[in-house]
Amino acid sequence: MPILQTTGLEKRFGGIVATSDVNLAVEKGARHALIGPNGAGKTTFINLLTGVLKPSAGRIVLEGRDITDTSPHERVRLGMARTFQINQLFPDLTPLESVGLVVSERLGSGADWWRIVGTKSAVTDEIVEIIERFRLTDVMLERVAVLPYGKQRLLEIALAFACRPQVLLLDEPAAGVPEAERHELLATIAALPAEVTVLLIEHDMDLVFSFADRISVLVNGALFVDGAPEDVARDPRVKAVYLGEDVDG
Amino acid sequence: MTDTVLTDQVSAYLKRRARWSPLEIAFWVFAFATIWLFPGKYLILKDTAILALFALSLDLILGYAGIISLGQAAFFGSAGYFAGLVAKYGVITEPILALIAAGFVAAALGFVTSFLVLRGSDLTRLMVTLGVALMLGEVANRYSNITGGADGLQGVDIEPILGRFRFDLYGHNGYVYCLIVLFICFVIARRVVYSPFGLSLRSVKGNPLRASAIGIPVKWRMVAIYTFSAGIAGIAGALLTQTTAFCSLDVFSLDRSADLLLVLIIGGTGYLYGGLIGAVIYKFLQDWVANLTPQYWQFWIGLVLVTIVLIGRDRMQGWIASARATIENLGARMVARPAKLAAPDGK
Repeated sequence: MPILQTTGLEKRFGGIVATSDVNLAVEKGARHALIGPNGAGKTTFINLLTGVLKPSAGRIVLEGRDITDTSPHERVRLGMARTFQINQLFPDLTPLESVGLVVSERLGSGADWWRIVGTKSAVTDEIVEIIERFRLTDVMLERVAVLPYGKQRLLEIALAFACRPQVLLLDEPAAGVPEAERHELLATIAALPAEVTVLLIEHDMDLVFSFADRISVLVNGALFVDGAPEDVARDPRVKAVYLGEDVDG
Repeated sequence: MTDTVLTDQVSAYLKRRARWSPLEIAFWVFAFATIWLFPGKYLILKDTAILALFALSLDLILGYAGIISLGQAAFFGSAGYFAGLVAKYGVITEPILALIAAGFVAAALGFVTSFLVLRGSDLTRLMVTLGVALMLGEVANRYSNITGGADGLQGVDIEPILGRFRFDLYGHNGYVYCLIVLFICFVIARRVVYSPFGLSLRSVKGNPLRASAIGIPVKWRMVAIYTFSAGIAGIAGALLTQTTAFCSLDVFSLDRSADLLLVLIIGGTGYLYGGLIGAVIYKFLQDWVANLTPQYWQFWIGLVLVTIVLIGRDRMQGWIASARATIENLGARMVARPAKLAAPDGK
């Protein structure tokens, strides 16, 4: 059974159909990439998955549970977390505080109002583990706003990862990262634990083909092709519609 | 295995955020010293303490959760009348109990109205909070048989605190009472903002979109802090009634809510002391200018505000930060010197 499945997912904005009858199945532990030309509806699709937008029709099932009507923060608790194409961080906090926030929340102490932050060892242990995994140790006490872009991008993923999701949605994680900082980021993504299912939304074809074990192509809001990377790369329709367009553009 | 040295560092760093700094301790030592330092000034000191507590309530929602409000007077006023009425009719005669009850009444009102405030942008919030305060003011006006209407609530007789400390004519006990209540409320508020809950509020203020994407129920956190803030505002209102043995419709006035914004503009938001420092500056400026020009004092207050905004609080906070650094440096040097002197002994 797929860990994440959409059936007949549709989103209309007035007369415009942004997502049209998408049936996507993501298998547990997969490295699944979702690609498509600009305006293909990738962002709308992510927003539907995470609950930022309500679908006009269709269902979303996570681990056998229908989550179509749950709020964004409930979906996080149910095991799905996302990163954003444009960094959505807490500029006035430090990476340490940001990660701590997520860990506290997940371990159920986010609403504790009479305990000082940092006094629960289960929380601090996990903060350290995440800070180290995402190579943020040397900048953990600096304000997020002043971090180099590559570090901010790592933190962006760290915050989602700290939710301990079953399914991690990465929305163009490498977008805008300078060449010098890129390697560290890609290595960290490649080192994500195998049991975490990753759905990657990406423009960068090198990253997609080096990382994904399954690729879905979205065109005009509809699922166009779905298959193994070799098959997708060979598919003449994809070449025509997506890759061809990419070369021209 | 995780690195234990790093774990200790992380834990220490997180806990250190909440530690009382020497400057804070000095602030409170001075605040309590005013009881002996300025015996002739109890009335204005007492008003300052109440204003500071009231401003603290706004800082909690504005500085920590980013909720702007022009209607804190709704809670101030309701609790003020509550405290007056329970004293007048002898329902709760002990002032501290009445104060706590008034805080809960205001908090309950805050909880109910929070759902109106959560919707919309800053501008809608300003209007909704203002509207709630205006409506409550009119309700108090309409039921003048209970509230005394425009004449105010007469015949309020406040019993001695704990049955021992009577509110004296010089205002000594009244001021000490207000100062202690301010301190206790401040300590509670401080504890709350340094808790995981407080940290989550800052995330809600900083980036609500991301806050909900990491599993924080943004709406409920805002309801919680709004309720808490309303309770604090209520305690301030009840203090005013108890220390003056009187309550009038102006507790609901727009001026009262607007004053708070001025206080926080002067003092700054998001570090808890803004309301306190702002209240001190505002009250004493008002007092000083009113003595110079009793009729036109608002002109000078206005001028000061315009100046503050033009200079920019960031720049002024920069000055304050560098002043603080200098003081802390001096402090550190003074502590370090005896250690140096002690060193030769070890040879």
